[in-house]
Amino acid sequence: MMENIIHDYLRPKKSFPHVWCPGCGDGIVLNAMVRAIHSLGKSKDEVVFVSGIGCSSRAPAYTDFSSLHGIHGRALPFATGIKLANPKLTVVVFSGDGDALAIGGNHFIHACRRNIDITVVVINNNIYGMTGGQASPTMPTGAYGATAPYGNLDRPFDVCKLAAAAGANYVARATAFQFFQLEKCIKEGIEKKGFSVIEAVTPCPSLYSFFNNTGRGVDMLKKLRDRAVTTQKAATLSPAELEDKIVTGVFANENFREYCAGYAELVEKAERSKKNEESL
Amino acid sequence: MLFYKLFKDKDGRKVGFVQANEACIEAALLAGMRFFAGYPITPSSEMASVSSEKLPMYGGKFIQMEDEIAAMTAVCGASMAGLKAMTATSGPGFSLKQEAIGYAAMNEIPCVIVNVQRAGPSTGLPTQVSQGDVMQARWGTHGDHPIIVLSPSTVVETADLTFDAFNLAEKYRTPVILLMDETLAHMREKITLPAENELKLVERKRATVPPSDYRSFDTRFGDVPPFEPYGGKYHFHITGLTHDEMGFPIVEPDDVVKAMDRIHRKINNNLDDIVKVKQFQTDDAEILLVSFGTPVRTCLGAMEIGRKEGLKIGVLQLQTIWPFPDKAVLNLAKKIGKIFVVELNMGQIINEVQRASQGKSNIKGINKYDGLFISPDEILSHILESKG
Ligand SMILES: Cc1ncc(C[n+]2csc(CCOP(=O)(O)OP(=O)(O)O)c2C)c(N)n1
Ligand code: SF4
Ligand SMILES: [Mg+2]
Repeated sequence: MMENIIHDYLRPKKSFPHVWCPGCGDGIVLNAMVRAIHSLGKSKDEVVFVSGIGCSSRAPAYTDFSSLHGIHGRALPFATGIKLANPKLTVVVFSGDGDALAIGGNHFIHACRRNIDITVVVINNNIYGMTGGQASPTMPTGAYGATAPYGNLDRPFDVCKLAAAAGANYVARATAFQFFQLEKCIKEGIEKKGFSVIEAVTPCPSLYSFFNNTGRGVDMLKKLRDRAVTTQKAATLSPAELEDKIVTGVFANENFREYCAGYAELVEKAERSKKNEESL
Repeated sequence: MLFYKLFKDKDGRKVGFVQANEACIEAALLAGMRFFAGYPITPSSEMASVSSEKLPMYGGKFIQMEDEIAAMTAVCGASMAGLKAMTATSGPGFSLKQEAIGYAAMNEIPCVIVNVQRAGPSTGLPTQVSQGDVMQARWGTHGDHPIIVLSPSTVVETADLTFDAFNLAEKYRTPVILLMDETLAHMREKITLPAENELKLVERKRATVPPSDYRSFDTRFGDVPPFEPYGGKYHFHITGLTHDEMGFPIVEPDDVVKAMDRIHRKINNNLDDIVKVKQFQTDDAEILLVSFGTPVRTCLGAMEIGRKEGLKIGVLQLQTIWPFPDKAVLNLAKKIGKIFVVELNMGQIINEVQRASQGKSNIKGINKYDGLFISPDEILSHILESKG
């Protein structure tokens, strides 16, 4: 039986009831993240929890870490400012698929490229939850949504391929069904020096289901279980067999120089110039 | 690479022949600025360059972001982590920053935003002067929000108002905009910066309550809430949603009004401290030139020439343009029958002068919006023309 530690991390003062629908995956991902932080023995004092706007981005209000509920799409630049200003902080980010990849897509690839020591969990429910079920950049082609009444024309992003190609040090994917794997990935992401992306594939039983008849929360979780395959398994499958699968596991585990560490090296060079300046 | 050099005079003050863009960053460093996030855009780019070179020497952080939205947002994050933070941009970039400026106003995040105005709309005339962003500086971000906007007219004043901008930002927990223009940005003048012991710097008020009693937007100590940075015993939440003292969302109409009133009151109850103007020969003036930013210099030139020819001209310089200096304008409007409002746009601040003067004076605009700077002769010919 797993120890329930979430109550030690919820805000003591009023921030409840939370906004999530019954069966939503957001609470599962939040629990995984809290457990990951707990298992790393981090003090609450050193953690800052940042988000953008969306259902998933409401999470920071509920935990007893210092937190910033930001602007739609801009969670990563907020987090970048915080981290660079005080590199001792552990900065974790929650960002929806729309938040991270549509309006925030440019920040996302640049954060990967910059490789600053931040861990972002992209909560991918394949839809815009908060605004009522519009098409998101990870919505499958042909799926339905409030702005895709004839089926979605666009092709979806592969979050993990994108992050790995853009240079993030750590990239992994797990579904909300695979709770312990998700927790482990978030933990590894936080431990990794550099930018870490964990895609958490979640059910949105209210809106995704409303437009696509995918059932209730439990049905959607079961579906996630059935669709998930490991990277090893995926390597043995044909493209046709992979069609409806969600490949889970670690996609990048690199050790490129982290941004704040690079900045510290740069400061040494600058200090030499300062000596010149002071000798005026 | 720096294109200027500062020398120390015998009193330890840094002296140099610098552009306003350079002066602004030198002053900001003295004011304690330790974080700059930017994205290059003419005519403000020198500020990013100077910051990138100097900040690491001062234990500060410079970062070039992927766009102006990211730069402004990173500034908010860095300020919340406790650093005095700024960004600098121009026209198109200023447009992009607006949503995050609203976030800073809503969450009472101290920060300084420089907008070196160039002619617009859109890409406009990237290398040419304008003052077309007066209203945008006030109302660029959506919703009712408080803001402070300062506008320097010389390189020396750029440094002075940069100190003021940081001090006001810290004192009132608010974004402050320094509204410059292309002519000033690239103008070189001699400047003597204050020695460190001559500086009067304001730091944000810190919490005096224990962490368990901390509120993100505590109103028990006045209208400006004490600030604690991220990292440490104080755990708190902030959000762009309309929020209560704890930073949690609210929708109760009375609570909303209370929250909105306070963030405006903290500025509006302190106008004497915030609003600065300068008057030149207004005592006996029969004609008043009202202006702000670089055209003030031209107004002073026109005043000098005009007076020699018997035109009793005085000048009112608005150093603070938002909140608008209502009081100073009204007092002079009561005394002086003719007011010319000189601005490098199609007429923006003139509407405020008209409102503030309550019909007490005859007000005309002298406007230039062809991308060139205005000359004293142009001002004088407008004055003579209207005399008929
Ligand atoms: C600049 C801006 N544009 C649009 C919105 C409206 N908006 C709020 S949340 C959202 C999308 C949320 O989708 P996602 O990021 O996937 O998060 P989810 O709600 O699915 O968790 C949008 C478009 C906004 N808040 N700000
Ligand atoms: S709309 Fe979907 S994503 Fe949003 S809270 Fe409800 S179930 Fe969760
Ligand atoms: Mg979504």
